[in-house]
Amino acid sequence: MPLTERSLSTLGHRPFGVYVHVPFCSVRCGYCDFNTYTADELGEGATRASYADTAILEIEQAGRELVGAPVVQTVFFGGGTPTQLPSADLVRILDAIRRTFGLADDVEVTTEANPDSVTPESLATLRTGGFTRISYGVQSAVPHVLATLDRTHDPAGVPQAVRWAREAGFEQLSVDLIYGTPGESVDDWRASIEQAIALEPDHISAYALIVEDGTAFARKVRRGEVVMPDDDETADKYVLADELFSAAGLGWYELSNWATDDAAQCRHNVLYWHSDNWLGIGPGAHSHIGGERWWNVKHPAAYAQRLAAGESPRHDGETIDTATARMEQIMLETRLRTGLDLGSLGAAAGAAVPGVVSRGLATREGDRLVLTRTGRLLADAVVRELVE
Amino acid sequence: MSTSPVPQPGATDPKVLRNFCIIAHIDHGKSTLADRMLQHTGVVDGRDMKAQYLDRMDIERERGITIKSQAVRMPFVKSSGDDAGTVYVLNMIDTPGHVDFTYEVSRSLEACEGAVLLVDAAQGIEAQTLANLYLAIDADLDIIPVLNKIDLPGAQPEKYAEEIAGIIGGNPDDVLRVSAKTGQGVEELLNLIVDEVPPPQGDPDAPPRALIFDSVYDTYRGVVTYVRVVDGKLSHRDRIKMMSTGAVHEMLEVGVISPEPVKAGDLGVGEVGYLITGVKEVRQSRVGDTVTSNIRGATEPLGGYKTPNPMVYSGLYPLDGDDYPTLRDALEKLQLNDAALVYEPESSGALGFGFRIGFLGLLHLEIVRERLEREFNLELISTAPNVVYRVEMEDGKEITVTNPSEYPDGKIDKVYEPVVRATVLSPSDYIGVIMELCQARRGQLIGMDYLSEDRVEIKYTLPMGEIMFDFFDALKSRTKGYASLDYEPTGEQAADLVKVDVLLQGEVVDAFSAIVHRDNAYAYGVSLASKLKELIPRQQFEVPIQAAIGARVIARENIRAIRKDVLAKCYGGDISRKRKLLEKQKEGKKRMKMVGRVEVPQEAFIAALSTGDADK
Repeated sequence: MPLTERSLSTLGHRPFGVYVHVPFCSVRCGYCDFNTYTADELGEGATRASYADTAILEIEQAGRELVGAPVVQTVFFGGGTPTQLPSADLVRILDAIRRTFGLADDVEVTTEANPDSVTPESLATLRTGGFTRISYGVQSAVPHVLATLDRTHDPAGVPQAVRWAREAGFEQLSVDLIYGTPGESVDDWRASIEQAIALEPDHISAYALIVEDGTAFARKVRRGEVVMPDDDETADKYVLADELFSAAGLGWYELSNWATDDAAQCRHNVLYWHSDNWLGIGPGAHSHIGGERWWNVKHPAAYAQRLAAGESPRHDGETIDTATARMEQIMLETRLRTGLDLGSLGAAAGAAVPGVVSRGLATREGDRLVLTRTGRLLADAVVRELVE
Repeated sequence: MSTSPVPQPGATDPKVLRNFCIIAHIDHGKSTLADRMLQHTGVVDGRDMKAQYLDRMDIERERGITIKSQAVRMPFVKSSGDDAGTVYVLNMIDTPGHVDFTYEVSRSLEACEGAVLLVDAAQGIEAQTLANLYLAIDADLDIIPVLNKIDLPGAQPEKYAEEIAGIIGGNPDDVLRVSAKTGQGVEELLNLIVDEVPPPQGDPDAPPRALIFDSVYDTYRGVVTYVRVVDGKLSHRDRIKMMSTGAVHEMLEVGVISPEPVKAGDLGVGEVGYLITGVKEVRQSRVGDTVTSNIRGATEPLGGYKTPNPMVYSGLYPLDGDDYPTLRDALEKLQLNDAALVYEPESSGALGFGFRIGFLGLLHLEIVRERLEREFNLELISTAPNVVYRVEMEDGKEITVTNPSEYPDGKIDKVYEPVVRATVLSPSDYIGVIMELCQARRGQLIGMDYLSEDRVEIKYTLPMGEIMFDFFDALKSRTKGYASLDYEPTGEQAADLVKVDVLLQGEVVDAFSAIVHRDNAYAYGVSLASKLKELIPRQQFEVPIQAAIGARVIARENIRAIRKDVLAKCYGGDISRKRKLLEKQKEGKKRMKMVGRVEVPQEAFIAALSTGDADK
């Protein structure tokens, strides 16, 4: 699916980001449906040692295709666990992006990391190599919750990992949390929130656990081995988090993301939510350029073979027409603190707005529709009303 | 052995005609036996054989039941007895097998002189078969008892031959044993039919009279009317008259089915065949009516004609209100083929515009609904089926209630509900549980007879409304599937009935109203309210559910407002997936019916059907 003139023509007008998928983990967490593998799962041609070289091939290939690409505003290394790769490899990949597209002066370069997969040395290498932001997968401060999630790190090690990051020069630091895990009490969650706040990050993401089809966790739920908490309790946990984060000076800017100020927001994620342009590197990675969306073959071995043969790793894609783009815009912008541009709504959706406001789910701020806290918990329902 | 030529339609001596039907329970192998006869007489050769050749409609084939009867003409060379070598003409008239179609069965029987009583040698006679057998005996048919499936390991031919002999009289040894599957005994049966079934009697010189025993709509030919000629001759040159209405039609074609239609010039005394007149609706060519010729026609019709009355009513509503015209057109088309289907437009506060439809019974309802959905691609909501109530008001006015929501509010003097005489056949082990079930459904025992040492026939008077929802299922599950049921409407009785309404957010939802006995009203209300609580998804506001008799609330539940309806994460790779989910949710919402502000899923309306049984 070659990119159309139309989609390429947007490259100069929209912020441009690069996502690098690193499909490796030390263990496979039961709840995770991301495209990731442990060391034993992958065969020939897709080893960790060769991964950086393969990703660089794709970056170079994309560079030849994305004619007119601007310099990169944001880079995000996710996974998997990017820090399963040697820091030098992550830096080499970033170098390739810099070489191919150029990096903006104020570029944001984030990597996800597990608190137990970093060392002062590895963090220093990343920082020196151009990384600006660390996002730690902390998930919970409570051992039994971490065990249910198959997370291996010792919660006691988290403050140390944060300290090392600061010492390495990372000013931007996010803590990722998960709530609504089976067996997690409201007090457990409060403990996690309080520990996260005590780390004084400039950013926190808190996601309600989703049971994804096809995961080991979904099978456990189906067999009744674990029981998902009631939605009302999960709603209470959201409210608690939003209250405590706000009190600690972290304001929501997306319904699952809080930051100390605008500069602390994850600009890379904001780019997704504004339907800007991004290139996804790595197996299964999604890209979006001007209404063309595509995704790579999922398996790292197949991905590596394609690139080694000089072929595109692209698996499939879709063209977003105007109506679909509008729907996605409603779906994404409604979740943001900056809200949904009411001017972009059609007549039918516009007619639904007064009802949404009168029920206390959103407020009008100028020409934007912004969800209230109650509304954030019902965001999907609000979106359904607005797209009808 | 030389044989005489095959007699042709219109020129067949009644002496060589034998008109018979097969009376059997579903699954007892009637269609297989019919298939085997078609093969044996050579009207269908083996390679053309579709299993169950005579069952035309897909639904019939899938469910293994016969809804519409057909008739097939089979020449048969007698192979035993003094008349061996003589060519006979056998007309096999297929009869519907379900209680809903008793009237059609009785008309089919009228067209015959004999009946093969076919009973599964592993199961014995079933209630519906018994009911049809009694109809056949009433119609003076000669009965040929046959046990089928004697090749099955579980067959007990001695036992069931005894049972049959006990019912119809005669010697158990005279019960013929066949296997329709292997063909064993089929030739013997054909010979026996010739020997036992009397040839038709009729006056060949009298004005023609023919009985309509079936009437089928065909897309290409219009209505195909199946008749049995009693007197005189019907010719393709005649103009014919329907004696019930006096309507005159041009005859376009006369013929016989063998088993494909074969045109003929005439049909003579005793012959069975079809007429095509260009009529487009089966209502104009009704089962039971008498056909005569327009000129020099008969003056006296054959007896027994009646218009079947609907016994069960249900509201059918398109899920999508825009489909209302499609539903209307579809009903018009179905009525072409189904003289028993009656309907009129109605509107429901909850469901919008739809139709109140009268059916012969629950199977008829299911078939109609299924055909509407399948053949016309409609998505329908049906309200709980109800019987017809007659309400006498204190001021002397009388109201016929076919829809619970129309049950009067004023001062009611008496309410009458239809009752049936139900016959249950079962192994005697289950007498206790059967009686318990019938008592719980307000039944009154009429009597009990032993058919054999360990099989009983139990007769009850039951309110028809009590057996509509799930009586048969309950009966089957309590008797491990051994009991069979038949019923016939026998009139009405006064009863202490009340209307139970369901209120969502304080508003009555007419589609959930039901008329139940006062003693069961509380249990019904509680069960329905709790079921609706399970089925109606949480909304953005609290939804109180109440069940009430008039202003008195008898049950209440509360659906709490939903607080969380959001998927927390939405990364770049999630966007397409999330959008598809959103599209799916939008589709799902289309399957919801808005009742006031409340979104009610289709299943909730269907579930209301199955809560009738509070004692289950």
